[in-house]
Parts: sequence; C-alpha cells; structure tokens
Amino acid sequence: MAHLPILPILIPLLTALLLLLPPLTTSLLRQRLASCIGMGITLLVSILLLQTSLDGTQIYALGDWQPPFGIVLWADPMATLLVTLCTILAFATLLSSVGGHDKGGMFFHPLFQFQIVGINGAFLTGDLFNLFVFFEILLIASYALLIHGGGKEKTQAGFHYVTLNLLGSAFFLFALGIIYGTLGTLNMADLAYKASQIHADDQQLARTGVFLLLVVFGLKAAILPLHFWLSRTYGAAVAPIAALFAIMTKVGIYSLYRVHIMIFGDHAGDLANLVIPWLWPLALLTLAFGAIGALAARRLRDLTSWLVVVSVGTLLFSIAMNRVDATATGLYYLIHSTLISGALYLLSDLIATQRGQAADRFVSARPLGQNALLGALFVICALTVVGMPPLSGFVGKLGLMQVADGLERLWFWPVLLIGGLLSIIALSRAGTTIFWRVRGNKPGNEPVCRWQLSGVIILIVLSPLMVIFGESILQLSYQAASALHAPPAPLTEMLSPATGGQN
Amino acid sequence: MMEGMFAFAVGLLTAAGIFLILRQRTFPIVVGITMLSYAVNLFLFSSGRLTTNGAAILGQSEGYADPLPQALVLTAIVIGFAMTAFVVILAMRARADLGNDHVDGRVPAEDEKDSGLTGRRKVL
Repeated sequence: MAHLPILPILIPLLTALLLLLPPLTTSLLRQRLASCIGMGITLLVSILLLQTSLDGTQIYALGDWQPPFGIVLWADPMATLLVTLCTILAFATLLSSVGGHDKGGMFFHPLFQFQIVGINGAFLTGDLFNLFVFFEILLIASYALLIHGGGKEKTQAGFHYVTLNLLGSAFFLFALGIIYGTLGTLNMADLAYKASQIHADDQQLARTGVFLLLVVFGLKAAILPLHFWLSRTYGAAVAPIAALFAIMTKVGIYSLYRVHIMIFGDHAGDLANLVIPWLWPLALLTLAFGAIGALAARRLRDLTSWLVVVSVGTLLFSIAMNRVDATATGLYYLIHSTLISGALYLLSDLIATQRGQAADRFVSARPLGQNALLGALFVICALTVVGMPPLSGFVGKLGLMQVADGLERLWFWPVLLIGGLLSIIALSRAGTTIFWRVRGNKPGNEPVCRWQLSGVIILIVLSPLMVIFGESILQLSYQAASALHAPPAPLTEMLSPATGGQN
Repeated sequence: MMEGMFAFAVGLLTAAGIFLILRQRTFPIVVGITMLSYAVNLFLFSSGRLTTNGAAILGQSEGYADPLPQALVLTAIVIGFAMTAFVVILAMRARADLGNDHVDGRVPAEDEKDSGLTGRRKVL
C-alpha cells in the first residue's frame, strides 16, 4: 500500500469525475448512491491511513520526484487525524443532504466531492505552494456550493466571500514569493530545517512573509478582526454545506499549527515564534467577540456561527501556548468543536423546517411537531458545545485549562469561563424561545426527514464516544503534537528508510 | 536599474489593485482583483532573482535562471484566471439578482440622490 497517502485525495477526485459522466449524471438517485459509496470508501481509506501513519510518517513523493524539488505528501499523524475528521464530517453531511438539499442545483454531488479533494489535500500536502493550490481547490468548490440553491442572500454573501478570499490568495502568494526568495525552498520539512540558517540580510524580509501568512490563515480561520464574513456566509449557505464549512475554519487553524509551530516555531533560530506574542491578544479578543456575538444573535444559525468563532478563539490559545501538551489538547478540542458545530448547523435546519415561517429566528411561533426529539437533540448539542460534563466539550476545555500554567491562567481562565457562561445564556435563551414560547396550538405535522436526522445523530453520538475513548484519542493527539514540535532534521535524513520514512 | 523598475511596477499595480478593491461597485473590484493578481505574478517571478539572458534549461546559456518560480507563476496564472472568470460571472449574477451592482446589494440612500442613475436603472 505504498500509494495509500494519496488515496484520500484521489478517490473523491475520481468519484467527482465519474459523477459528471453520463450514466451517473442523468439520475439523482444514481448520483446520491455513487457519492455516498465514494465517500464511504474515502472514509475507510483515511482510517487505514491514520493507522499506518501512527507507525511512522508516510512520505509520498508525487511522480517519484524527490523533494525538495518534487512535491511530497506528508502523512504524519496530525494530517491523517484531520483527514479522518474531515471525511467523517463529510459523510454525515452528505447523508443529511440526501434528504433534499441536493436538489437545489445540478452539480451538488460533484462539487461536494471536489470540496473534499481540496480539504484532504490541504491537510496532507507537505509543500507550502501545494497548500496554496489545495486552498484554491477547496475555495472554488466552496464558492459554488455556497450559492447552491440560489437566492439573493446567497449571491450577496457569496460575492463578499469570494472577494475576500481572492484577496487572501493574493497575500498568500506574496508571502510564498518572499519565503521562497529568502529561504530557497517551499517544502515544509525543508523550510523547518533551513529557517534557522537564514542570512541576516534576508531576515527582515522573511519576517514580513511570516506575518503575511498569519494574515492569510487568520482570514481562513476567522480570527478577529478578519471574522466578519463568517456569520453571514455560513448563515446563507444551505444547512449541509454550512455544516461542512465547519471544518474550513479549522483548515486555517491547522495551517497556523503547521507554519507557525512546525516551521517557524521554537527551532527557527532568528525567526522563532515571531507571531506567538501576537496570538495571545488575538485569541482573547476573538473568544470575547465570539461570545458577545452569540448573545446578540437573532437566529439559531447565526448563534452557531458565533460559537464557531468562540471555538476558533479557544484554539488560538492552544497555539499561543506553544507546547506539546497544549497542541495535543487543542487537537482534541478541534475535533470536538468541528463535529458539534456541524451537528448544530444540521439541527438548526431541522428545527427551521418544523417551525414554518418563523424558521430558526428567535421569535415565538407555532410549536414544533416533534418537540421532544428535537428538544432532546438540542439540549445534548448545547451541553456539548458549551463544555458541560459529561460530554466531549467538557474534556476538551478542562484539558486546555489544565495545560495553561502560571501567568497564562490569568489570561486564559477568566476569558474561557466567562465566554462559556455567555454561550450558556445565549443557548438557553435560544432553547426556551424555540421550544417553549409557542403561539397557537397547531403544531406543524410534517415529520423530520430521516436522512437529515441520521446526519445529526451520527455527529452527536460521536461526542460521548469521544469521552469514552478519550484516553486513546488523547494519546493519538499527543503523538501528532510531538511530531509537530519535534526538532527538524535535514530532508535527506528524513527520506532514508531508517527513520521510518517511505516513498 | 532593472530591479528598481520592476519593484516600481509591482508596487504600482498593487496600489492600484487595492485602491480599486476598496471601491463600492462590483466592476472596479473585479478589475482591482485582476491587477492585484498581475502584481502577484510579477512578484513571484522575481523571487528567483532577476537575470537577463538566463535560460531555465541546463546547457543553453551561461547563466541560469531559477525554473521553480516560473513554474509557480504558471500555476498562479492559471488559478488566477479561473478565479477571475468566476468572480465576473458572480458579479453579473449579483447584478441580475439584486438589481444593482453595489457590493452590499443595495445602494445607500445618499448615493442614490447624488447620481440619480439607480432610479432609472430600476425602471429599466
């Protein structure tokens, strides 16, 4: 299985191409079937890849061109863990989209697969320019998916989203040009090794490049003050797409880990930890702003978007702490928050369909047809997302609070706890309005779509599972984090079979 | 001299691009994005250092140019082209869906008074 690392990119790509060809493209049923089967195979392959990567980082040289000149895929535990997370989320959202949201346009399923190509590729690539290319693949798929279904609100949100991201891509290319010009390579492992040997004349220029990368990833991850696009974009997209987009901010966070911890981290000599001091205030403001936004939200969808901003703020703290244990617990929290925000987006759509005209706005409306079922799911989601015991949010937040030490606690604890309190207030207000403040006695009588429900339930069930198997997931994320923080070795050493590298 | 000219061109294109992206209507924004991507492509090209008479193939000239930035620029041009095409279509769709070409989808009240154009557009 020497070709395993590329399969999570190749399988969705092939599925997408098959979906565009005649026997499949003509019938929605066949499209759905093929799309789900393709996603199932991708899921199996990524779990397999995760298992193999635990025995040693898999290095896959595309076309057997040797790095640093050729492009490599770098399947280390962190990348494969996130690929698995992405495919699980994608599988659940795909199931829920089969419930009817995929009818809004002809190319929903191919685009969905292309989106997965981009996200998996961004996680797996070991080359900074290739990261840009996969960013563009996932972005162009997301532009089309965002306006899927059509309508004024989507076009308007879409134009802002596209313009901002094109601007971000331009900055990304400027940064890459600077980094290539000063360090002479774009391979991530090679960069990590060469960063400390930078010539003194080039240092100032390289610093500019590193900070430009912070801006680019900050835009993707929705860090304050670059977060304004998020709530509007995610609010406009159809529910399964919004749920899938829950991982897109995490792609930004992943790139921050990769670039600012692995490449320009502790071992980068004069370029070491440049952005870390900036991340503290940014994390604090992002978290605080997210919590305030959650209080001000008027729809369940917007509330979820602001909770995504809160989770981004929390994750930024874990980057800012810049230690193995902080990164490990941060990874655990990342997995938890991605899954649960996906579940909340899907659930808010289920609630909106049962409330008729009022949709998911916080106004009194007719009672829900399946009050007990949806109410129970909402309570579980709410408890998980704010981090109440015994669900996964609690484990994640507690872990992060424990790894903060000394003066860090003074920053981190009050903001995280008050942010959590504000989230509880916002969510309980949302819950009481939607489920209890009803007008009239005639509940909507259409039952929830089974496919949509199954998507929500898969994502919610994963939360208690993350607590039950918490030990092994944390072990896994420790392994991933220690690989990320390990001192860089020269490329030639990494490629020799003695260190476990394969190609 | 060559470096100075080159840097000036990149800077001018970037400045013009950013200025246009900050405008209110969608068309200048699309043009601004295009200019910015020109600036980016030139900039990427220069990251391999500027040389004259340097071929990127061994044995063809005395000095050699770094082939990697050229490959990067090629990729960036292709991607930038696709993205520009998409944003043009999106801007046209926004004009059709929203009835105006303002980035926010509605023209602020004071602008409407000043230009007097939007009213007529709505009728058309």
